[in-house]
Amino acid sequence: MILITCPHCGPRDQDEFSYAGDATKTRPADPASATAAEWHSYVYLRDNPAGPHLEFWHHIHGCRRFVKVLRDVTTHEVLACGGPDDPLETPR
Amino acid sequence: MILGRIKDVNACRLPTGGEIDRRRALSFTFDGRSYTGYQGDTLASALLANGVTLVGRSFKYHRPRGIFSAGPEEPNALVELRRGGRLEPNTRATMAELFHGLEATSQNRWPSLAFDAMELNDLAGRFLVAGFYYKTFMGFPGWHFYEKRIRAAAGMGRGTNEPDPDSYERMSAHCDVLVVGGGPSGLAAALTAGRSGARVILVEETNGLGGRLRSERETLDSAPAMRWVESVRAELESLPEVRILSRTTAFGYYDDNLIGAVERVADHIVAPAPHVPRQRLWHVRAARVVLATGAIERHIAFTNNDRPGVMLAGAARSYVNRFAVRPGRRAVVVANNDDGYRTALDLKAAGVDVIQVVDPRPPGTSDWRARCDAAGVETVDHAAVTKVHGRLAVIGCEVTRLDGSARSHFEPCDLVAVSGGWSPAVHLHTHALGGIEWNDGLAAFVPGMARQAHVSVGAARGIYGLSDCLTDGFKAGTDAAASAGFATGALPDTPTADAPAERPVRAFWSVGTGKRRFVDLQDDVTVDDIALAHREGFVSVEHLKRYTTLGMGTDQGKTSNIIGHALMAEARGEPIPQVGTTRFRPPYTPVAMGTFAGGDRRRHHTPVRRSAMHDWHADHGAVFVEAGHWLRPQYYLAPDEPDGKASMDAAITREVQSVRNAVGLVDVSTLGKIDIQGPDAGELLNRLYANGFKTLAIGKARYGLMLREDGIVHDDGTTTRLAENHYLMTTTTAHAGDVLAQIEWYLQVVWPDLKAHACSVTEQWSAMALAGPKARAVLADAVDDGTDVSDATLPFMGVTAARIADVPVRIFRISFSGELSYEVNAPADWGPRVWGALMASGQPYGIRPYGTEAMGILRIEKGHVTHAELDGRVTLDDAGMGRMASTKKCFVGSGMLNKPAYVNPARPKLVGLVPADGRTRIPAGSILVEDPDAALPMDKLGHVSSSAYLSPTVGHPIALGFVSGGLARKGETVWAVFPLRGLKIQVRVTEPVFVDPEGERLRG
Amino acid sequence: MAEYSVFSLIREGLTGHKGWIRAWRDPEPKASYDVVIIGGGGHGLATAYYLARNHGIANVAVVEKGWIGGGNVGRNTTIVRSNYMLDGNAHFYEHSLKLWEGLSRDLNYNVMFSQRGVLNLAHSDGQMDAYARRGNMMRLNGIDAELLDREGVRRLYPHLDYSTDARWPIYGGLLQPRGGTARHDAVAWGLARGADRRGVDILQNCEVIGFERDGDRITGVKTSRGTIGCGRVGMAVAGNTSRVASMLGWTLPIESHVLQAFVTEPLKPLIDGVVTYGAGHFYISQSDKGGLVLGGDIDFHNSYAQRGNLPVVENVMANGLAMMPNLARVRILRSWGGIMDMSMDGSPIISKTPFDNLYLNAGWCYGGFKATPGSGYAFAHTIAHDAPHETNRAMGLDRFETGHLLDEGGKGPTPKLH
Repeated sequence: MILITCPHCGPRDQDEFSYAGDATKTRPADPASATAAEWHSYVYLRDNPAGPHLEFWHHIHGCRRFVKVLRDVTTHEVLACGGPDDPLETPR
Repeated sequence: MILGRIKDVNACRLPTGGEIDRRRALSFTFDGRSYTGYQGDTLASALLANGVTLVGRSFKYHRPRGIFSAGPEEPNALVELRRGGRLEPNTRATMAELFHGLEATSQNRWPSLAFDAMELNDLAGRFLVAGFYYKTFMGFPGWHFYEKRIRAAAGMGRGTNEPDPDSYERMSAHCDVLVVGGGPSGLAAALTAGRSGARVILVEETNGLGGRLRSERETLDSAPAMRWVESVRAELESLPEVRILSRTTAFGYYDDNLIGAVERVADHIVAPAPHVPRQRLWHVRAARVVLATGAIERHIAFTNNDRPGVMLAGAARSYVNRFAVRPGRRAVVVANNDDGYRTALDLKAAGVDVIQVVDPRPPGTSDWRARCDAAGVETVDHAAVTKVHGRLAVIGCEVTRLDGSARSHFEPCDLVAVSGGWSPAVHLHTHALGGIEWNDGLAAFVPGMARQAHVSVGAARGIYGLSDCLTDGFKAGTDAAASAGFATGALPDTPTADAPAERPVRAFWSVGTGKRRFVDLQDDVTVDDIALAHREGFVSVEHLKRYTTLGMGTDQGKTSNIIGHALMAEARGEPIPQVGTTRFRPPYTPVAMGTFAGGDRRRHHTPVRRSAMHDWHADHGAVFVEAGHWLRPQYYLAPDEPDGKASMDAAITREVQSVRNAVGLVDVSTLGKIDIQGPDAGELLNRLYANGFKTLAIGKARYGLMLREDGIVHDDGTTTRLAENHYLMTTTTAHAGDVLAQIEWYLQVVWPDLKAHACSVTEQWSAMALAGPKARAVLADAVDDGTDVSDATLPFMGVTAARIADVPVRIFRISFSGELSYEVNAPADWGPRVWGALMASGQPYGIRPYGTEAMGILRIEKGHVTHAELDGRVTLDDAGMGRMASTKKCFVGSGMLNKPAYVNPARPKLVGLVPADGRTRIPAGSILVEDPDAALPMDKLGHVSSSAYLSPTVGHPIALGFVSGGLARKGETVWAVFPLRGLKIQVRVTEPVFVDPEGERLRG
Repeated sequence: MAEYSVFSLIREGLTGHKGWIRAWRDPEPKASYDVVIIGGGGHGLATAYYLARNHGIANVAVVEKGWIGGGNVGRNTTIVRSNYMLDGNAHFYEHSLKLWEGLSRDLNYNVMFSQRGVLNLAHSDGQMDAYARRGNMMRLNGIDAELLDREGVRRLYPHLDYSTDARWPIYGGLLQPRGGTARHDAVAWGLARGADRRGVDILQNCEVIGFERDGDRITGVKTSRGTIGCGRVGMAVAGNTSRVASMLGWTLPIESHVLQAFVTEPLKPLIDGVVTYGAGHFYISQSDKGGLVLGGDIDFHNSYAQRGNLPVVENVMANGLAMMPNLARVRILRSWGGIMDMSMDGSPIISKTPFDNLYLNAGWCYGGFKATPGSGYAFAHTIAHDAPHETNRAMGLDRFETGHLLDEGGKGPTPKLH
């Protein structure tokens, strides 16, 4: 059972969270001028790497904050956790 | 000498010794016959004590089978335990503790265990080889014909059709050090970890500590080793942070050091005591894990090595030493390691006549061998048991020199104890992604690098000497506690064990050429099957497993997999590690479905939600229906009205008429309510909703539609501006949770610059809608202090604060029914009081509560959409609300509105539908087509999404649906077909609003 | 002995089974092939089989990084059905079901396709309406479907929970009598043998590590067994699609998630067909060996790990017992995980691609097994003709741009919800 360290609540079981997907996608900053290709990429395309994956987990049964997690999806090992603005990197 | 059938009670019980309590006799039945055993027995040991050696039948050939092991690895001795709703098929007799009144039945045989008609399969065995079914049964009369018979013959035990009367529960625990296994290594680890003050949990699969020591005649510091076990147990029990869970199997090692374990709380007694679960599922999250899971003995494949009386050598020692049972009278022992000699000595000490110890290894010396020589046990080197005689039991065996120089035939002989060496139980280690490595010296896979915070100790990593195990355990416990942050002392001195020098094991997997050399006993996989798989190219271990079913039985090949893999390696001419092994997966031993479900059963399985007014509804004839886990009144019956189709229709009709003609009250507490506050709350709403919210005035409500980012409608509801920076959003019942999650997502991740907060207040408010032409009059009478609720002060889409029955309430003038309507929100607990006050005020006006059925008809009459229409594939245009979308702003989903498929005019769009004949009902789920008799597959125009079988207001059936082209077809007729019921109904396309299209009533 | 029949089985039985030959050869890779199929799972093998069978293209290699059939074709719950609502899916899956009905004979390999029916239970009026819509659509598409009321369900499955304290009472169900199960491994092996016998080279332990390109044209597939030249390339590596696509710098509307499946200890016949729960995600059937095969939700997060965690296990079992309370003491024997190609609309992709001679078969979510023959058939056609077959016309990759989505569940672009 994956253990996610919520920056606000500490380490918690995965079943307190709702998975919210790829954290590398950025919604077009200026929606008015965004192209169809930009929208398409944002809504539909995912790098889906087999390795460290940057993703959001919503602490839905906790503080209800979105936690950014760097996790190796080939092993489920959590490499780093932080807030939405934290640039997470693989610890050395 | 002829060994006759033993009938005496406990004829095979030794007069002394063992862990059994001879003062506590327990009676039990097997196949309806009564027997007696003792406290401390397992079902297997008690059966052996009574001379019962035939206990089961194999899966495919229905060969007679006996008791092969003394532990969880048992492939053969599977029985149906208990009866009725407690029936447990495929229960390993070796793991079932005996209790008074135990009932067991043999399985997979007909008509009886001793005479099983399906044993014919054994005679036809030459045709029923691995995978034979892939090569035939394809022709006349077809697979279904053969399959029916195969299914009836397959399976092992019978399931029950009765619900399980027992309960289960889940428990979570955290600890610093989890030790799995209460054998010598595990005890040693738990002891040193416990002494450090660390929180230690020790789980042990059986009913007591000691592991193999319970089954061996080992000594420590010259005393029986079990005395040491007792002293360790006493010390562990005295340590406040140490918890011992016996009868508990750690079955799975999951991510981040979470171990799943099942505690058999009440399997060793007739039935659980009241309020006590049968089993308990543990989630143990440990900082460090010590795996002291021991090792599993494997056998050797020789002809008829499956006959009752062939038994693992370690099991034979368990039966004589732990259970004081003599598993045979005259025994041959065959082993490729020194355990053969150990076994012979133990058997001899128990009075078994040991004919010979057969050692396939070349001649050599060891202390064990010397002890056998000294005890006068005959031994033979470089030889093997090659064949067993007897059908229902072993009656003799053949021993052959491996160089072919000599063959001996021993008869009578009723026990062949076999050891093919030991395989460390690396299961949990590999669940945790740990690697395994082949060790030639041990002829076994041993744990390699660990990926999580765990370490294997003792036999689980191939250390078999008792002293070495203790030393290993002491160190592992200390290390684990230290790395969990506890100060640890010096390692204790290891007690001195009797440690005779041993010769190393030598790989020896099979011998001879016979057809009936079994690798996997339960599933009847033979040495020839492995060869066949190789011949046909199924040479990887995964293909081997799947093609031959090797290791697919209830024992998961614990004693057999490695033999199969080794034989495949031999056939491939490659070393074993190159051929590899299949992946171990949880559970280590089978776990009941009920244990996983825990308390999540029956009414506790996703608890029902009830509004604060629930009891009032129940007291007033409500028939409830579940909607999104909420129980809602579907309709209300009069006190003496029986429930049924006719009364339901009558109730719904009078409720609808009440609302259209007088006034009604409905509980809408289930709608999602989200409180949104902050200076940017308005901007947030403007970005979330497709229609504009910038201009919403304080004290006003507005209907809003929300899209997903892909441009499809997500949800709808009204949002009210309560104050400058304060809004209350409502959502549909179904989307209450995900709309809030979406808002949080945008606020925290996408637009963190917006100063706004959102919070669910669904449970904080009771909500009820007062609807009908008399609604204002009722409300005016109900509000305290004569608060003005006139159209001028509280117009359509207005909101006001007031008090009803002294309760502060919010009153929103919004309408779902299409009538003059007020939605009253009261603090949740006070909802019933306000509801009661409104009902009382409404009495003179003929007020009536109404349920979801009436509400559904009212909204269909009015053309209001719900989730039946907004099914996740519908655009704003499809739902007839395209014009609501703001063109002046961007909003969630606005980037995708112009996709070619979304703007195709042929898309089905919302319309109203009436039967062309003015009376035929149009069932929801009907498909709209041009020509109902066209050839299949037929082109479709759309479908019927919602239906009012009778609209009391318009006087005939009406429906909402989606039809290609939408209102461009207004006035045309199409067909609504329902081929599942053979219905074809001509329908006319209308506007989707059947009542008050101008909205005069709700504005009145 | 190459041909399988009861006669060959008897003959071999009498002579010690020495005459059976390899089910498929183990050839060395050739320098190049007309078509290289990446992925020796069910779909890749089926594609190779139908390329040879239907299009006369036999100079084909199937490259597989491990052993054939080691991925999802051998990790599913073996359910075969075509009970889809949307035309774009329904025609495809019905075609596939028809292929299943003749597959054993076509392959001369008993894949044990057993049509014991697939029943979806309904637990509310709304669900009954939704099933009615789907069932009616099926019937109009020429697919068998029956809408059962509560009593109709009880006649078929008398031991579901009809008690008054059932958490969700059974209202009825949608039955597809022609649905059922098949022996999953046999499908992979039978297709491999069938393709091999028509000349296809099956290259095991041959992992793709890159591509050689000339602009948008793939000229060679680099593998652990050397570079293999190719006329056309078909990719059928569901679960690992993004992994292979990334070697081309190509991003797809796919996420990889883990789906767990379970089998119980073998029992005498208890459940005849396939039953799915309607108030939660749960499906169950009984294999010919007697084990109950069951599953539920995915683990709800990206994963390539082929293993899941306890919360989903517990939820699956709770749903199962809510439907069949008599299973509480039945023991789970094995659990395992498969990596699902979760597409953004929950439906598969069989499509041409931005690359001239590369074709994509991906995005099967939970449902790839039942599609195996239909997918191979359509994909082979797409590769052979550089144009989709009529059955996979709606499954193009461009649908995410045009909006012609195939969203059976109406869940939108959130893969974990499909």
